[in-house]
Amino acid sequence: MQHYPDITSSVLTGLGWYYLIMLGMNLLWTVRSYKVDGNFKNGVPVATVWAVVASLLMMLSAAHFSSAGSPDTFLIRLPMWFRNFVDANFSNPVIYFVLSIVLFAGMILLREWWTKPTVAWTGLNLSLLFMGLSLTDYDFRQIVGKPDNVPIVAMLFIVAFFTWIYFTRSVDNDRRIAEGRPLFEQENNEKVLVWPDLVYTELICMVVLTVVLVFWGIALKAPLEEPASSMKTPNPSKAPWYFLGLQEMLVYFDPWLAGVVLPSIILGGLMAVPYIDFNKAGNGYYTFKQRSFAVTTFLFGFLPLWVALIVLGTFLRGPNWNFFGIYELWDVHKVEAANNVNLSEWFWELPGLGGIPKGSDFGTILLRESPGIIVTLAYFFALPPLLGVSVLRKYFVRMGVLRFLVFSNLILWMAILPIKMLLRWGFNLKYIVGIPEYFFNI
Amino acid sequence: MSVGDYIRNSQIWRSVFRHPAPTDRRNRVVVMLTNFFLHLHPVSVKQQGIALSYTWCMGGITFFLFLVETITGVLLMFYYRPTLDWAFYDIQALRDVQTLGIMREIHRWGAHAMVITVWLHMYRVFLTGSYKPPREFNWVIGVLLLVLTLLLSFTGYLLPWDQLAIWAITVGSNMARATPVLGLEGPGFQLLNTSGYELITNASDAKFLLLGGRFVGEATLNRFYILHCVAIPLVVSGLIAIHFWRVRKDGGISQPL
Repeated sequence: MQHYPDITSSVLTGLGWYYLIMLGMNLLWTVRSYKVDGNFKNGVPVATVWAVVASLLMMLSAAHFSSAGSPDTFLIRLPMWFRNFVDANFSNPVIYFVLSIVLFAGMILLREWWTKPTVAWTGLNLSLLFMGLSLTDYDFRQIVGKPDNVPIVAMLFIVAFFTWIYFTRSVDNDRRIAEGRPLFEQENNEKVLVWPDLVYTELICMVVLTVVLVFWGIALKAPLEEPASSMKTPNPSKAPWYFLGLQEMLVYFDPWLAGVVLPSIILGGLMAVPYIDFNKAGNGYYTFKQRSFAVTTFLFGFLPLWVALIVLGTFLRGPNWNFFGIYELWDVHKVEAANNVNLSEWFWELPGLGGIPKGSDFGTILLRESPGIIVTLAYFFALPPLLGVSVLRKYFVRMGVLRFLVFSNLILWMAILPIKMLLRWGFNLKYIVGIPEYFFNI
Repeated sequence: MSVGDYIRNSQIWRSVFRHPAPTDRRNRVVVMLTNFFLHLHPVSVKQQGIALSYTWCMGGITFFLFLVETITGVLLMFYYRPTLDWAFYDIQALRDVQTLGIMREIHRWGAHAMVITVWLHMYRVFLTGSYKPPREFNWVIGVLLLVLTLLLSFTGYLLPWDQLAIWAITVGSNMARATPVLGLEGPGFQLLNTSGYELITNASDAKFLLLGGRFVGEATLNRFYILHCVAIPLVVSGLIAIHFWRVRKDGGISQPL
């Protein structure tokens, strides 16, 4: 008997129910697939495939239920080599971030492909199956199954679902616009009375939500740990989950940037959105093509830079804020080497410059950090006008000076996190400007 | 005359509802105009504007969750004493002993859900371009409501007074110490400490303001309790009222122009 069992009776029963729910979903999908263009016969080949999937899930579910008595000999579990492979090759923030960027680019470029119902449904099935199999791993279950983390798992699927809705309707509308047909939102758009058409929806919604909350409350106990003690610091100490993206930024920036300046700029930037987006198209309907720049920027901020960083901070950052693979034990003694250097240290070691200026008076510090200060000033003050007369000329002309400066600065602020990440990973860069004497590190 | 008709024709019933049951077109219009709770809505809307696949219903759900949090929160306030001696044990009693202890579960899960639904509401409003004129200012109010929702959740996080609570707040409030100029470990705090006056000390900087002390303690608990139960909900209620009013005044729910 293992001390930390991967599979127990209750895990098998739980997974039995899990696959049973998947079976139900796929049965409904099978029924839906039979009907194509209003004709039941057209969908027979596709529906047969989903019927087969559903029956496989039924067998899977039955296997779990019937083996619940003998968990130790149960065979359907993630192979150890697979878990070791994932932990060895995917357990660092570089791969994680690059993967999320690749996914993001794929999401936008392949939107006509992956929004097709069959493709999207296959993707959902595969991710649920991956989740189910991963739940047979003890360490995975420890993190994902924590009551406070359950909403984040749910959020992942919900955000994916609504992103799918957005792209499905956008692809449809973009096609309509190209063909000169009216928008989806403009068809069958009669006026209806709020009573009953809206108030009943609201009532049903409230009832469903109440039921969901009550059952959620019964199923999962709200966490309560030991009484507060200022003597015992937990490792890792984590902020509430919705701030974990900000806590993740602490890896790359000092608290004054990651915790104060950047959040303020995110909020200020969000508030500025309606005043810098001069594009009149796309008001009140789903479209991608008519506002591709605005949507791509927003999605980039929300998906890879907010949601993905929360997932990273919640599930993959363990003791000492080290990165752990999804099947890896959170070992307090895991050591990660950190030999990061400041830009100034690197610059003054260049041949012929005679080493880093030493001294703590203001002039020497300024001289020491002058390369970083020049780079930073150039980034925020020289780059916007340059962009305005070159790549972003179109925007500059339509926005005017003030609006364009706000816009380009917000874009540049948004870019500093990925830029700093790349510099850290590529060149072990610690600070571009490092003045610890005045807590001024960038 | 049936009993139902007798009740519906009584003076009491008519004084409460002010109009007959909304079973015909005329009364379905009248009900929206004469009922306090329904008058937030217009009388009629465009069909596609209220389609679930268009609106996702997330703003409404967020408002409903705010009401759930208010109701469960008021009930929890009857049990919970925000002092170092009692805070933790009151929550423990809610978990183990009290009959309606599930109120705490609903309150906590509702809070998580509310953070997510606020994001999704903003997501939808952005993706349908609904912040564009004439709704620019309502988007700004929405961003403020988003911040306040996060602050509500953050201040509530401390109240159970367990390890999870104080260390999460410690991590969060350590950021305040790094506030430029106003925090003791922020860049430029020396600017306010010139000419012999120490304006920024560990008993006067931004972190001290947030915590009511140099570290998370009894004063912090009291401060967060008041913020969580009174101060922020009051501001949120006001902003929600403006938010809803502006939806109506800025051209109704979002639609293709």
